[in-house]
Amino acid sequence: MTGTLLFVVLPYVCLAIFVLGHVWRYRYDKFGWTTRSSQLYERRLLRIGSPMFHFGILLVALGHVGGLLIPESWTEAVGISEGAYHAVAFSLGTVAGICTLGGAAILIYRRRTVGPVFSATTVNDKIMYVLLIGVIVLGLGTTVLGNVTGHPHDYRLTVSPWFRSIFYFQPDRTLIEAAPIGFRLHVIAAWILFAFWPFSRLVHVFSAPLGYLTRPYIVYRSRDRQLGSRPVKPGWERVP
Amino acid sequence: MRVMAQMAMVMNLDKCIGCHTCSVTCKQAWTNRSGVEYVWFNNVETRPGQGYPRRYEDQEKWKGGWTLNRRGRLALKGGGRIKKLFSIFSNPKMPAIADYYEPWTYDYENLTNAPLQEHTPVARPKSLLTGEDMKISWSANWDDNLGGSPDHGDKDVLLKGIADKVKFEFEQTFMFYLPRICEHCLNPSCAASCPSGAIYKRAEDGIVLVDQDRCRGWRMCVSGCPYKKIYFNHRTGKAEKCTFCFPRIEVGIPTVCSETCVGRLRYIGLMLYDADRVLDAASTEDEHGLYEAQRDVFLDPSDPAVIAAAEQAGIPRDWIEAAQRSPVYALINRFKVALPLHPEYRTMPMVWYIPPLSPVVDVVRDTGYDAEDKGNLFAAIEALRIPIDYLAQLFTAGDPAPVDLVLRRLAAMRSYMRDINLGRDPDESIPAAVGLTGQEMYDMYRLLALAKYDERYVIPPAHAEQAHSLEELATECSLDYDGGPGMGGSGPFGEQSGSPMPIAVENFHMLVDRQTSDTMVDSGNKELRVNLLNWDGKGRPEGLFPPRDERR
Ligand code: HEM
Ligand code: SF4
Ligand code: SF4
Repeated sequence: MTGTLLFVVLPYVCLAIFVLGHVWRYRYDKFGWTTRSSQLYERRLLRIGSPMFHFGILLVALGHVGGLLIPESWTEAVGISEGAYHAVAFSLGTVAGICTLGGAAILIYRRRTVGPVFSATTVNDKIMYVLLIGVIVLGLGTTVLGNVTGHPHDYRLTVSPWFRSIFYFQPDRTLIEAAPIGFRLHVIAAWILFAFWPFSRLVHVFSAPLGYLTRPYIVYRSRDRQLGSRPVKPGWERVP
Repeated sequence: MRVMAQMAMVMNLDKCIGCHTCSVTCKQAWTNRSGVEYVWFNNVETRPGQGYPRRYEDQEKWKGGWTLNRRGRLALKGGGRIKKLFSIFSNPKMPAIADYYEPWTYDYENLTNAPLQEHTPVARPKSLLTGEDMKISWSANWDDNLGGSPDHGDKDVLLKGIADKVKFEFEQTFMFYLPRICEHCLNPSCAASCPSGAIYKRAEDGIVLVDQDRCRGWRMCVSGCPYKKIYFNHRTGKAEKCTFCFPRIEVGIPTVCSETCVGRLRYIGLMLYDADRVLDAASTEDEHGLYEAQRDVFLDPSDPAVIAAAEQAGIPRDWIEAAQRSPVYALINRFKVALPLHPEYRTMPMVWYIPPLSPVVDVVRDTGYDAEDKGNLFAAIEALRIPIDYLAQLFTAGDPAPVDLVLRRLAAMRSYMRDINLGRDPDESIPAAVGLTGQEMYDMYRLLALAKYDERYVIPPAHAEQAHSLEELATECSLDYDGGPGMGGSGPFGEQSGSPMPIAVENFHMLVDRQTSDTMVDSGNKELRVNLLNWDGKGRPEGLFPPRDERR
């Protein structure tokens, strides 16, 4: 029962909130869709913390795409053994994870100690940081502990197929229930983070400005069709 | 030829008295909200001086604007697209609030609430960023009128070459004011630096705007603009800039700064230019050639070929006529007395300046000679190398020749007009000496000295047939700061999130609330608080005054 709730219902509910939440926020609150940069207040700590955190988390995200979406059988088929895969994933993942956590530590320290940044921190930011750090710590902790104790769990046989099964709409909770407790907590925390995502500053991730690489430097646009804040009287519409 | 129209401005620096009226009215109209306390779309700098933000002209440090790369092609000085994306997590060239100043208010409440005491209570300064007590040490015009220049006068970026030559000789001889707004550049590096493409140039009138719904707060434009005329709203997390008062321009009235200018020194008009030639002009190799190159981009609105091309490009007839009457065109291309600010940034700025002759005149007068005699003035221009070099650094990338010519023309105009005013025969050799005819000189005099409102501002409305219905007083409540008595709201995701409220609707609700509510306004209810701008002085709006004590 709780298994179904946590590993079937929760994912779908969170995914729905994640998707619909973003759509809703984009339509309702384009003006609030920003990084809320605090660099104007303080730049020395940000200069170290923010790139460290971001490069770390982007690497982590990339690792998750690889680990969750690519089935073990595929990597095996191209001749990468589980051992080799794990060694690379573990070392890279730990470096990226520590980078992320270190960067986040600097950012949070900055949020607590630098006056103007402290004043500009909202409740929303605090919830976001608690969830985000929770997910990262659980994930990193599980990985590192598993390896230190010498019995790394092959999550690509449990967590990953379960994750994919959600998207085929044939959720199989028995798969994830076979994974150690650390993994299970990590994914539960992650779903909750995803549910909160659209309502936090994290929406900025989805406007990563890749279009900048291809668009012309200077953008020209026409005036709005409606000038001023009153609707145009019938018969006085502008001719195109 | 691709004809485009650009709303442009010229300021006649001789007439600026440094009163800051333009800055204050602009602030009152546009940036009196929280998050933009330190933002001055219009600021007035005393020159020599550091400017605002401090030393913004030091492009070796800030890397704003464009530069020519090794292959001679135009490139962003702050680095190309890839470099921008890699440094997006922390912009290495972004100015800190200390480079502007920490905004503050005063603890006025203490003046009325302090208990009876021996000493007069004071209103202590409180930081608007942290709410803590603070020590005020800088502001947007801290070095106004050369204040404190023994301490920091040498920090003016343009004095790098000149300072050691004659240390502060200019201090006695030479000071003027430089009002600055966004240049609404033809080749805006702010727009080019924006990763999300939120900054755009309006195709109709060339006004450069930030789309607030598309800005994502990457803050690359702040460092991209060499004039530092993009500001970051630290509450909403979005960039803001001078809008050239587009709602006013659209209905044919001048910007707030121009309208209120005490010296009546601002001119607004259209320039037609050839968009196909902008890039070439901005890539001119020799920096000294940039001024001429930009002038060449402008098209003569009376040339039949230009008119035909403009009509083909969809520019309305009344706009072409306005371009023909444009005072800006006359000052830039007919009389050639207006110069661009820092053309070496290669953004092709469109707010131009008539450099001040008055420092020269003052020197001549102080020596007891006739300050309106052409010979004396010409000699003084010749002798005052330092001011002229300084002006050249501002307006012509250091080339003194154009500045020299402008000052000579202004000096010649003084002498020529004196003869006419005194009823003597005009001396036609005077205009000839500076390459003008007598009639041209007289026209120039008219434009500089007498021009009335509708000659100084030739602004065709966006759509004449709509102009009347568009006219409305579009101002936001000046008290609309967080926790203040204004009525702005905070959405669920922080300051001012949620869909924007049309200004007219907001006022409507305010009025309805005021007429229908009969209780004291709940001070926690931001919607209901009194909007002073709506109060016409009649009656007692609820909530403006504490309730009357009935017993008295
Ligand atoms: C995809 C590309 C991304 C870009 C371009 C990006 C960019 C930025 C920028 C410009 C800031 C503002 C920094 C400042 O000036 O204060 C920021 C802040 C932040 N970003 Fe990202 N970001 C990205 C991805 C992510 C991801 C994947 C996460 C986490 C899941 C994340 C979490 C954060 C957090 C927590 C902050 C707030 C830092 C603070 O001020 O305390 N970002 N990001
Ligand atoms: S002066 Fe204005 S248009 Fe030019 S780069 Fe700066 S902000 Fe952009
Ligand atoms: S209002 Fe006019 S005279 Fe006064 S500072 Fe501004 S530009 Fe100069």
